[in-house]
Amino acid sequence: MITKKEVEHLAKLARLGLTQKEINKIQKELSLILDYFNSLKEVKTEDIEPTSHPILTKSFLRKDEISSQPPETIQKLIELTPQKENGYIKVKSIL
Amino acid sequence: MGLHELTITQIHRGLIKGEFSALELTQAFLDRIEKLDKKISAFLTVTKNLALSQAKKIDEIISREEKIPILTGIPFAVKDIILVENVKCTAGSKILENYIAPYDATCIKKLKSQGAIILGKTNLDEFAMGSSTEHSAFFPTRNPHDNTRVPGGSSGGSAAAVATNFCSFALGSDTCGSIRQPAAFCGVVGLKPTYGAVSRYGLIAMASSLDQIGPITKTVEDAKIVFEAISGKDPLDSTSIETLKLQTTNYKLQNLRIGVPKEYFTKGIDPEVEKIVRSAIKKYEIAGAKIEEISLPYSTHHSLATYYLIMPSEVSANLARYDGIKYGFSTVDSRQSTVENLLDVYLKSRGEGLGPEVKRRIMLGTYALSAGYYDAYYLKAQKVRTLIIQNFKKALEKVDVIMTPTTPTPAFKLGEKITDPLLMYLSDIYMAAVSLAGLPAISIPCGKVENLPIGLQIIGKPFEEEKILTIADLFKKL
Repeated sequence: MITKKEVEHLAKLARLGLTQKEINKIQKELSLILDYFNSLKEVKTEDIEPTSHPILTKSFLRKDEISSQPPETIQKLIELTPQKENGYIKVKSIL
Repeated sequence: MGLHELTITQIHRGLIKGEFSALELTQAFLDRIEKLDKKISAFLTVTKNLALSQAKKIDEIISREEKIPILTGIPFAVKDIILVENVKCTAGSKILENYIAPYDATCIKKLKSQGAIILGKTNLDEFAMGSSTEHSAFFPTRNPHDNTRVPGGSSGGSAAAVATNFCSFALGSDTCGSIRQPAAFCGVVGLKPTYGAVSRYGLIAMASSLDQIGPITKTVEDAKIVFEAISGKDPLDSTSIETLKLQTTNYKLQNLRIGVPKEYFTKGIDPEVEKIVRSAIKKYEIAGAKIEEISLPYSTHHSLATYYLIMPSEVSANLARYDGIKYGFSTVDSRQSTVENLLDVYLKSRGEGLGPEVKRRIMLGTYALSAGYYDAYYLKAQKVRTLIIQNFKKALEKVDVIMTPTTPTPAFKLGEKITDPLLMYLSDIYMAAVSLAGLPAISIPCGKVENLPIGLQIIGKPFEEEKILTIADLFKKL
């Protein structure tokens, strides 16, 4: 059974503001779901490589260059931000 | 036959012959939606002006051109997790309630370039997390065959829209059955392409190693047409792979080897569903195919457990972007703002904007990836995933295709599973292994339990969409 402290820790890691009621509910639900995963213990996986992508492809990266965007696109993206000022995204201070 | 009942090919012929205009056709769908969607609630947004202006332009083109692409003038609906430029895209969530998409998804660009007409955005479980569309932050969608029941999920709105003839086809997305299961529950066709066959650019990400966009259609032929239009390598999605143009190969049923995995017919399947699916498979046998019982170890419960470890882990990373800073709902906007610092912005925007199922999965993923648990959970799941892929590979060397039920039961009642997350997850028991292996799979209607549709799932090797589409298409002749 996952503890309440663990649930609160996870919520902080995931940056989720949960009410006490939500924490209690999630604690019960997560415990049940985590129990379901016990079936994987019986699967023998020594010497098995993990898979991250089901269809193997050559991984390729593009050049680390800034591709300029048209001003209308930039405008649209800035419009979508909740807090903005003079074309900049406004955030609460970090330091 | 009403205009709203026509297949893509029938519409195409009708438009060329001048039997009706794109405008008439579009108006017919819009009128139907306006009259009947209050009973179904398939749509979150109806893009009436966009559709009518597109239709008028298409009619001009048709009057000038001799040849038009097959999807010209075809009205379709889009799951509200795929971006259509300048149209609201909510992902079924309050956190994106007022988000206006700044660009088109690649699949939308491709369909627009053929002249297909966008009727609106359909309802879904929030961020595609669910199997019933009941987790939409806005309202549930109802199954057109029985409106006390769910249409399935997460692409429930799209499946219901196609089943009610609110559109000629719809786009959905499938991470663990979210196209196939609602298609089965609503009695329509749903295709989940091979992972990488369709670009995910413009698809709001849920689990990046599993998500695929695919068609939900009235017929298998329509699914083939739409799949051809939306598939292909995209420089904007580095996981997309070039697919070969689909030929119309004559797959003979004579001696076709069909594998039926015994693990998909054990405890938990409704005996009526088993009867119908086995008799559907029997029809292929009568036509000359060879049925072989096979074993796919770990392909049901272990696959579901593996999926419910890998997917939430990817979700916890993909949903970190909803932070109240770049877009979407922000607690800083609300009048009763007691936001003191940056952490508050995150905690409160996400706490208020995200629904319970989404939070559950983020928490699960955070746990599976956290120090001390990573090896036992996430890494273990990735290794089991390798075994599942290997098992499918071995099986598909001995047989040509694999056939299973799409779901263990017909559509369940609204409210029946919503309070028990694990019970809800179990409705996707036949979906998970295929998604983990990235294989192409189609669900076609194959019978009914009373008036509730049942789906047959046909699975192929990677990039064998053409084979499974052809074999699925033959079913109507058996």
